Amino acid sequence: MTPPPIRVLVTKIGLDGHDRGSRVVAAYLRDAGMEVIYTPPWQQIEAVVNLAMQEDVDVIGVSSLATDHLIVPDLIAALREAGLGHVGIIVGGIVPDVEYQMLHDAGVERIFGPGSPREEIVDCVSGLGRRARDAKLNSAGVTP
Amino acid sequence: MSEQISIDAPEREEEQLTLPGFDTAERQWRGDYGRQISSDRRIFNRSGIEIAPIYSPQDWDSDRYMADLGFPGQAPYARGIYPTMHRGRTWTQRQLIGLGTPADYNERVLQILDMGATAISLIPCNSGFRGVDCDEVPPQLLGTCGTVVNTVDHMDTALAGVPLGQISTAMNDPTPFTLLAFVLGVAKRRGVPFEKISGTSNQSDYISHYVANHMFYRLSQPGSRRVLVDHVAYCRERLPNWNPISVVGQHMQQAGATPAETMGFTLSTGIQYAEDCIARGMDPDVVLPRLTFFFDISISFFEEIAKFRAGRRIWARIAKDRLGAKDPRSWRFKFHAQTSGVDLTAQQPLNNIARVAVQAMAGIFSGLQSMHTDAYDEAITCPTEETARIAVATQNILREEAHLCDVIDPLGGSYYLETLTNRMEDEILAVMEKIDAAGGMYEAVGSGLVQTMIGQSALAAQEKIETGEEKIVGVNCYQSEDDGIDQPAPYRPDPDAMAAHVAAFRRFRADRDTTPVNKAIDALRAAANDETENVFERVVDAAEVGVTHGEIVGALRDELGFGNPLIVA
Repeated sequence: MTPPPIRVLVTKIGLDGHDRGSRVVAAYLRDAGMEVIYTPPWQQIEAVVNLAMQEDVDVIGVSSLATDHLIVPDLIAALREAGLGHVGIIVGGIVPDVEYQMLHDAGVERIFGPGSPREEIVDCVSGLGRRARDAKLNSAGVTP
Repeated sequence: MSEQISIDAPEREEEQLTLPGFDTAERQWRGDYGRQISSDRRIFNRSGIEIAPIYSPQDWDSDRYMADLGFPGQAPYARGIYPTMHRGRTWTQRQLIGLGTPADYNERVLQILDMGATAISLIPCNSGFRGVDCDEVPPQLLGTCGTVVNTVDHMDTALAGVPLGQISTAMNDPTPFTLLAFVLGVAKRRGVPFEKISGTSNQSDYISHYVANHMFYRLSQPGSRRVLVDHVAYCRERLPNWNPISVVGQHMQQAGATPAETMGFTLSTGIQYAEDCIARGMDPDVVLPRLTFFFDISISFFEEIAKFRAGRRIWARIAKDRLGAKDPRSWRFKFHAQTSGVDLTAQQPLNNIARVAVQAMAGIFSGLQSMHTDAYDEAITCPTEETARIAVATQNILREEAHLCDVIDPLGGSYYLETLTNRMEDEILAVMEKIDAAGGMYEAVGSGLVQTMIGQSALAAQEKIETGEEKIVGVNCYQSEDDGIDQPAPYRPDPDAMAAHVAAFRRFRADRDTTPVNKAIDALRAAANDETENVFERVVDAAEVGVTHGEIVGALRDELGFGNPLIVA
């Protein structure tokens, strides 16, 4: 039996509304057969956590073009607090080189800058999605 | 055309001495071309227009000169809106600035003026764009992309030492225009008469925000429509040197619209605003001379020049024939343009200096009135002092060293450019017809039609980059592991200074006299519910007595509604 498609939440937190990139990435993932949950920009962190829980997502992609990545560590802390530590987090958009480490330390798996190839994004999200599912099954005591 | 010419190719003398007729020569060239270029590729510009290998009088000839072009300063203004254009007065160098606290902004703005900028602008913090005050958002985000200006006191600090009344001040200031209200508060304090205040309400174009950039989504669509018309009425009465509307094509193009779509949407938006003002009883010859446009200049060089020349021609006809303006000043298509950040790359960032120079040249040849050149680190961060300096220097080099301003519309008459201008005009008019058929821009945005068109174009452009049809140096060709330089460190405000700014703001709000504040907010709410009142007049009153930005937007949002962004897949 084919496993159900990976569920990805594509969102923007913080204050910026430029959504050209997040729309393109959402289309990439949808075309690759994933279930994409897409939000308007300016989501509050609590709203993203609630949505991730309700929609049972495997991966969250946060688009940041105007420094909103600076609050991604707060989002990850809130997800862990809510028992969603298994969800894979990626960031896309403009992140200055000197701030990559800070995001990786906080638990961001990958950062996709402008010009990132479609296949790399799709492969990364698939991998993270599978890993999140396995982790969830494991923690529920089921062998995958 | 049959005179003899002398040439230095004696062995082919027989063949070349007599010039053949046009048709023979053209046929011969076509044959030679076909033999030498075994499989010609088809080239399309970003607007989807196919580009031929050569253009000649078959495509455009000077018999059409008066119909298509005329002279600068004369309708239809294809060659420019003023008789002297850049030979008389070059464009205004207006760099966008917005960072940190008001004191940080002030330091940068005085520097930019020192370096030769001839006008200023202020970009507020994204918290301001969202319509809230600085203590309502995560502190890490404050001042990273714009200046935190929430009160008239903040504006006073930001403009310390700036000769208000003598220098044009553009504010990135969506409805309900609190920044302009703060500027007017400062003018009153300094005794500068309102008639002397000059500048532009950038980002007054709420339609472009709905379409392309949800960042400014503050009031409902009908609420924004009401406040914008009030703002125009107030400015035309009280601020003769202020441009209350800047129609922003930039947002559309940055979100993915093609250059032709962008011009079509923008002109349709201009029509919408003009018609809304006329419906309110304003005279087109009062509204239109102060209506301005704001565009992106992409690196698609000839296409951009053709876009602007075609737009200028279309607008002149619309202003006269459709909107009924009689004063030639109303027919002039005045625009500010910014070199497009979308074309800049985070990879090999120094390359962006070359890109910006090409974009700026296209802007100059387009006959713009005001320009911002991007800093090369634009794809990474807010410009640093050094990168901002290079951006200004680029404009100075093009003007002073390259002599680009000696001749008016220097590319006019080029077979290619004139043909392309005509083709772009057709494409633009087709877009505008679609919008008219949908009931005008206000309706076309409400239904999501425009958003859908832009989304499709954005995806198509992305696919061209992926397939390599559209090449970007350092991104899908000529990539290198090493970008040649270390990325410039991103601008981040000093967290202690920002925390002190927020604390001072909180103290100010707690300590101020609440009687006039509450009275002003009540008056604002009442005006919002009374069509005979001017809402913007009450915004100005409120700003003066210390009502904050977030309070003003909040009160109007309560009364006029706040819609959720329309997401179109």
